Amino acid sequence: MVIVGTGGQGLITLLQILAEAAFSEGYDVKTSELHGLSQRGGSVEVHIRFGKKIYSPMVAQGSADLILGLEAQECLKAIYFANGKTIFLINKFLVPISGQKLLKQEEILKNLKKISKNIILIPAADICEKELGKNVVAGIYLICLACFKGLIPINPKSIFKAIEKIVPKKYLDLNIKTFYLAKHEK
Amino acid sequence: MFQNVLEKKDKKVILLGNEAIVRGALEAGVQFVSTYPGTPASEIGDTFYRLQDLYFEYSTNEKVALEAGIGASFSGLKTMVVMKDFGLNVCLDALFPFCYTGTKGPTVIVVADDPSCHSSAQSEQNTRGFAFLLHIPILEPSDSQECKDFVKFAFEISEKFKMPVLLRTTTRVNHQSGLVKLGKLASRSSLRRGDAGFVKDVNRFNTLPPRVLEMHKELLDKIEKIQEYSEKSKLNLVGGKAGRGLSSSKLGIITSGVSYLYVMEALKELKINLPILKLGFFYPLPERKIKNFIKPLKKVLIVEESEPFLEKEIKIFAKEVNCGLKVVGKELVPEIGELKPGIVAQAIAKFFGKKFNKLSVISNQLSVNRRPQLCQGCPYWLVFGAIKKAVKEKDVIFGGDIGCYMLAGVPPHNIQDYLFCMGSSIGIAHGIKKAVSGKQKLITFIGDSTFFHAGIPALINAVHNQSNPLIIIMDNKTTAMTGHQPHPGIKTDAAPIIKIEDVISACQVKNLKIIDPIKQNEFIQTIREFLKKDDVSVIIARRPCKFVK
Ligand SMILES: Cc1ncc(C[n+]2csc(CCOP(=O)(O)OP(=O)(O)O)c2C)c(N)n1
Ligand code: SF4
Repeated sequence: MVIVGTGGQGLITLLQILAEAAFSEGYDVKTSELHGLSQRGGSVEVHIRFGKKIYSPMVAQGSADLILGLEAQECLKAIYFANGKTIFLINKFLVPISGQKLLKQEEILKNLKKISKNIILIPAADICEKELGKNVVAGIYLICLACFKGLIPINPKSIFKAIEKIVPKKYLDLNIKTFYLAKHEK
Repeated sequence: MFQNVLEKKDKKVILLGNEAIVRGALEAGVQFVSTYPGTPASEIGDTFYRLQDLYFEYSTNEKVALEAGIGASFSGLKTMVVMKDFGLNVCLDALFPFCYTGTKGPTVIVVADDPSCHSSAQSEQNTRGFAFLLHIPILEPSDSQECKDFVKFAFEISEKFKMPVLLRTTTRVNHQSGLVKLGKLASRSSLRRGDAGFVKDVNRFNTLPPRVLEMHKELLDKIEKIQEYSEKSKLNLVGGKAGRGLSSSKLGIITSGVSYLYVMEALKELKINLPILKLGFFYPLPERKIKNFIKPLKKVLIVEESEPFLEKEIKIFAKEVNCGLKVVGKELVPEIGELKPGIVAQAIAKFFGKKFNKLSVISNQLSVNRRPQLCQGCPYWLVFGAIKKAVKEKDVIFGGDIGCYMLAGVPPHNIQDYLFCMGSSIGIAHGIKKAVSGKQKLITFIGDSTFFHAGIPALINAVHNQSNPLIIIMDNKTTAMTGHQPHPGIKTDAAPIIKIEDVISACQVKNLKIIDPIKQNEFIQTIREFLKKDDVSVIIARRPCKFVK
């Protein structure tokens, strides 16, 4: 699975939660992340793979099962990892790129559809903003939703436990509310 | 995850490669750690910083970090020095003689390369190459478990042979997480420095000639012994029949580091079964083991990132034991940029003569080119804004340096005419100003941490040899780019703060002003005024990074 977004969207926390949850279910797990310049508001792309025995921390070209896009335009870059069966789970959320025209949602979808028909667009940022007053938890919302819907083969209970373990106390309440929000939405 | 670093023995936990390195050091009983931050190694120091019992410091630069480590080793402590690849260049001058004298307390130096330059301007460095010059043993782990285990091996080798040992990682190893089975932590009391003592040993710690030539000989003798050790070491592993299916005993693969993981994944995917030699030692290579491995083969594929160092060595070995062997490497595996699982699968498929239906990837016509940006609310916006108002950009040469402010070189700023390595903005500025004299004006940027790291000698040179750049010190009160580490100009513990302005005054700079760039008018006026000066001028643009409380 590949997660794409922009710096500051909390991708590394999502990765840690998923890794911890997958591990608690007995899977071997590896993740790959990037720090530094790549985080200064630029594109961010992180990988997680779990299964019986995992060698590579990185997803190979054309072999992602799920691509989670926290920002819609970034999904276009992740096409490299997609094949005809890849599921795109996309946050309906756009962060402008300086010096470039903002792409239209339809344009993005049209392009993604050329490679896979499995595209799920969710206004996660809006839902979280409306229900919780914060759109930063859109990522948490989407991974919870993906587990509830069976898009990620991890029991939501394991995700819940991993959230409790990893999210700092200060934000835990908000994250737990997000979990239940996703549960009701499913 | 940080909590996992201190978990109990025998537990399996998820660790980032960098955290696993720390854990390995704690299991080995490291007592003294020094570092200068740099991606992808930064979290190693940042993790040590949060621990108690052992001694840890952020040093002013990598050379003094290593020198501090050498002092600790000579006083008998178990020592680790951590840096990114470019840091090794900075400390080489001290590392050469350290390889000659050898260690007293076991010493491991961690150096993190960044192929593909995810977080590195400057160059795509392959630290392995230094092995041939330094004669320093180099180990290369591929995942988090090995990061932990190899650090312990490295300490053992250092202890046994009295040599510093280099642990070489790459971004995808440092920033990979995976399961690690933990070993026993060294006892907390053993981590303290209590019984350290420097025992004089003039013959050993002085590299004066003619003794230095004897030391050179001793070094080569040690390496010969370490090679014997490497021959038997389980770090060099023959095996790995990853895929069930097609197999061949005439073909084989030799690989190391993260590339090994891609090889195993590819064999699984391709359903190919081949003998594999995974090298944990890069230097000295287990020559006999490699020769035995290649002897029965017709063709061998070398999967390594960047320069073909292994390939070249193995070609030489092949001449001695198997003249007919075809050694395939860089013709199938790219030399520029990091490897990826798909690239390796492609190479192996070609090597094996199997069709690999690379899943057709529809190229995307819409471009998404999101470059890194200064944060909203970053003080540097104010500095760059003032410059644009103060001068005509085309009339001024702009010198860049290493830190968040190197984004001066991207839109919308576009005020950076050269960018090299830490501190060089001032050094190069001096040369340019000497060359062009009064004809062209020059402004350079340098961060506070970078100024302490390597800016000061260059400033002294410019003053002493009398040129007149305008130097703007981007004093944001932190080492921002690498994760907000402290530096000598910031309050930490009881240490005195070293004020940048005091250093600059002591360097006899007469034109010096400290300005908060929010005061745009003053900033603009000062730039214009200082550009007219015949001697060096400095503006300290003092306003904290928005992440500094
Ligand atoms: C020799 C060397 N060591 C470490 C680094 C990694 N590095 C890149 S930027 C940077 C920090 C610079 O800090 P500062 O000058 O204060 O600028 P800021 O990021 O705070 O703007 C460091 C340490 C490097 N590029 N070269
Ligand atoms: S981290 Fe600090 S110094 Fe770097 S761009 Fe952001 S605000 Fe500026």
